[in-house]
Amino acid sequence: MIPMNMVTPPPELAAITALQSKLVSALRPILPEHALLWEPEDTIPYECDGLAAYRRMPLAVALPETEEQVVQILKTCFAMQVPIVPRGSGTGLSGGAMPISQGLVLSLAKLKKIINIDPFTRTAVVQPGVRNLAISEAVAHLGLYYAPDPSSQIACSIGGNVNENSGGVHCLKYGLTLHNVLKVRGILMSGEIVEFGSLAPDSPGLDLLAIVMGSEGMLAVVTEVTVKLVAKPKLARVIMASFDDIEKGADAVAAIIAAGIIPAGLEMMDRATTRAVEEFVHAGYDLEAETILLCESDGTPEEVAEEIERMTKVLEQAGASGIQISQNEAERLKFWSGRKNAFPAAGRLAADYYCMDGTIPRRNIGTLLRRIQGMEKKYGLACLNVFHAGDGNMHPLILFNGADQEEWHRAEEFGTEILEACVELDGTITGEHGVGIEKINSMCVQFGEGERESFWGVKSAFDPERLLNPDKAIPTLNRCAEYGRMRISGGNLPHPELERF
Amino acid sequence: MSASSNTNIDLFQEQILAAVKNKTPLSIQGGGTKSWYGNANSYAKLDTRTYSGILEYQPEELVITACAGTPLKEIEAALADKNQVLAFEPPHFGDSATFGGAIAAGLAGPGRISAGNLRDFVLGARILDGKGQDLSFGGKVMKNVAGYDVSRLLPGSMGTLSLLLEASVKVLPRPAATASLRCNITQARALQLLNEWAGQPLPLSASCWIGSSIGGDGELTIRLAGAAAAVKAAIPIMGAAVNASELEPQLASDFWAALREQQLAVFSNLNSDETLYRLALPAACGTLAFENAHGDIALEWHGQQRWLKALGDDATFTSIKALASAHGGHATRFKQGSNIDPGKQRFTLLSEQVHSTALEAVQARLRTAFDPAGIFATSRLP
Repeated sequence: MIPMNMVTPPPELAAITALQSKLVSALRPILPEHALLWEPEDTIPYECDGLAAYRRMPLAVALPETEEQVVQILKTCFAMQVPIVPRGSGTGLSGGAMPISQGLVLSLAKLKKIINIDPFTRTAVVQPGVRNLAISEAVAHLGLYYAPDPSSQIACSIGGNVNENSGGVHCLKYGLTLHNVLKVRGILMSGEIVEFGSLAPDSPGLDLLAIVMGSEGMLAVVTEVTVKLVAKPKLARVIMASFDDIEKGADAVAAIIAAGIIPAGLEMMDRATTRAVEEFVHAGYDLEAETILLCESDGTPEEVAEEIERMTKVLEQAGASGIQISQNEAERLKFWSGRKNAFPAAGRLAADYYCMDGTIPRRNIGTLLRRIQGMEKKYGLACLNVFHAGDGNMHPLILFNGADQEEWHRAEEFGTEILEACVELDGTITGEHGVGIEKINSMCVQFGEGERESFWGVKSAFDPERLLNPDKAIPTLNRCAEYGRMRISGGNLPHPELERF
Repeated sequence: MSASSNTNIDLFQEQILAAVKNKTPLSIQGGGTKSWYGNANSYAKLDTRTYSGILEYQPEELVITACAGTPLKEIEAALADKNQVLAFEPPHFGDSATFGGAIAAGLAGPGRISAGNLRDFVLGARILDGKGQDLSFGGKVMKNVAGYDVSRLLPGSMGTLSLLLEASVKVLPRPAATASLRCNITQARALQLLNEWAGQPLPLSASCWIGSSIGGDGELTIRLAGAAAAVKAAIPIMGAAVNASELEPQLASDFWAALREQQLAVFSNLNSDETLYRLALPAACGTLAFENAHGDIALEWHGQQRWLKALGDDATFTSIKALASAHGGHATRFKQGSNIDPGKQRFTLLSEQVHSTALEAVQARLRTAFDPAGIFATSRLP
């Protein structure tokens, strides 16, 4: 899917080999033989996460099976000053788990026990390697489920969700990972066991759980997560509404919210996406519509009937050219199938695609979509738009051919321009995928020097030696200065206050 | 922003920089309605009320952005005008309560159990740090994972990290329908039922049980909120289970407001040697006998927040903390009688919590990162 020519050349090979040998010797007493990998043929599967464009070979990969092993690994690396990159299922899309060439990849994939399920307290205690969907599957018989549902929930792990504060279709109504996690047990880089949050409604001191959520594995290694379970709605139905104009569709999103309705899901696809997915899933989408909205209601049958009626009226008033309401569960899933398969459908249209993740206020959805149309012409690349319209989280899919290096660079530039437009439109460069290594330069656009310095202060408060996933998410002053220098606009040097080098 | 607002920020910066120079901490205060909450100090006040006003509010975005000194009632009135609410129902504890004060205190009212904590609703914040730097974190959109979530670290920090200038919070539509039911029931039965109901698809929005601290019957009031059809369907199911009667709407509304503002009899008449203790406990924590409690106790949030009045001495606080801790929670000296030494520690410390000792150093370094000169180090929150 993604070009293979982005491999970072290894630094001084001899020094690396010596360090590798020292690290492996130090970790051997801690881990069983099968849980420590260092031969290239064993570590190559770990050279990237879901963002395969950025790859790097680690010194070694550790696969601990107990929390005690995690503690010992951290203590050892801390003593040796070897950086660590924590990793869950590796489904992240921003390179957050890309290895460091002189560091260890710490895979938490083997910590995958569901430790406790308590239906009375509506909580589940799970290890970080447990898949997101596996939690809901394990509690389904109790009439409960775990609400956050990132698209990768079949494969992604809860530890990764904590680190990325992942969202999904249902977070408009049910919140992000942040809103559904009560407690995180973790290990500081020093090897100390700590607990953030509490089973009680709040905890003493500053709300450290709030800052750990979405911290991209840079503050602590997660070893246990206590999640909140919620009652499974008795019924869910979805409205599929077509619009002959993209602005009308965007306005309908605002109208639903303004009418006092918070749908369980509110998703949008443009015509290019609808056509791509219809060929793939045959869901019966209106191929002439400029945009399609999917509005889901869940709750008791009485609640759903009332909400569906109200949403239908709003959509009609907003000028929907067609409305279909799912009549049964099979039809509901059919309507959703296109939205859920938009990414593989994009994969059938082009050799590669690049998925962006900006969020903007809902009122700016139409503006951004128009700008993206202009960018398609500017960069000579097509873009599919499929997104969480209810919360303004956009996922433009830029189609390109990775075998063509020049085209990949154009796709990158296209993506960067979209993210910068999101910031300009009062939004953010990432809604749910994280900054990782992919959007680290865009952090220089969204945040000023003071904010970035504060981020480093937060990092150092938890990890004074800056050994935990140190090169991700938060750009250094130098990086921003370099990035700014590369992007001189209209002859104006960005950040003129910075010392150049 | 108007020129006068920028002038206000300049004045705040001057005050902070002067405090750095003179090494004299500043105690941030809005309307002063919660000045009794948290550890006492006698540092000079930094008054936020000069920086007031709603900066941005578009109902279809479900976000309001306002200056810290904005009266909370002004914000709630603007939302009510568009049929929206602050779903976490922050207590005011007085007419002059401010938006910034509510965020800094981090307190939530009866709706917290269903809607979420105040922190859950904060989307972004503009602050002045301890160096007087004007910084913005988070934003005005629902989903945002760019950088560390500093804006959500501020709720409940009680002005010990930075000066909050502005905040953006998520708001929600006012529920289409509400109804309140009341019955007499034992504490044990109330806790059992509330937790069972909370695990079912019912529109249970808030609960309050008030009764004897050592057993027997008490009065349980529950609030249902949501779609009209859902509330209507739930009333007979839940009402029949406990033989409850429905409260007249105005009476119900007055009750929930009085609970939020602690104006019910169970909270009032605090004797000079007494303390109002707050216990925060895990879900489904059963009945706890408070033999030394004076008068009735109150349970909110399906039992996760409990209030009792007892002597304010250290031994009593220690035993209440131990009880809360044994059940996985913590305790606070929420409000103290006039004869209690104001210098007493009000909170459970991190070091008193299992697996939290190491976080004391983290917390200290965090504070230093935002406030290297210790200008906001008022110890109001340890």
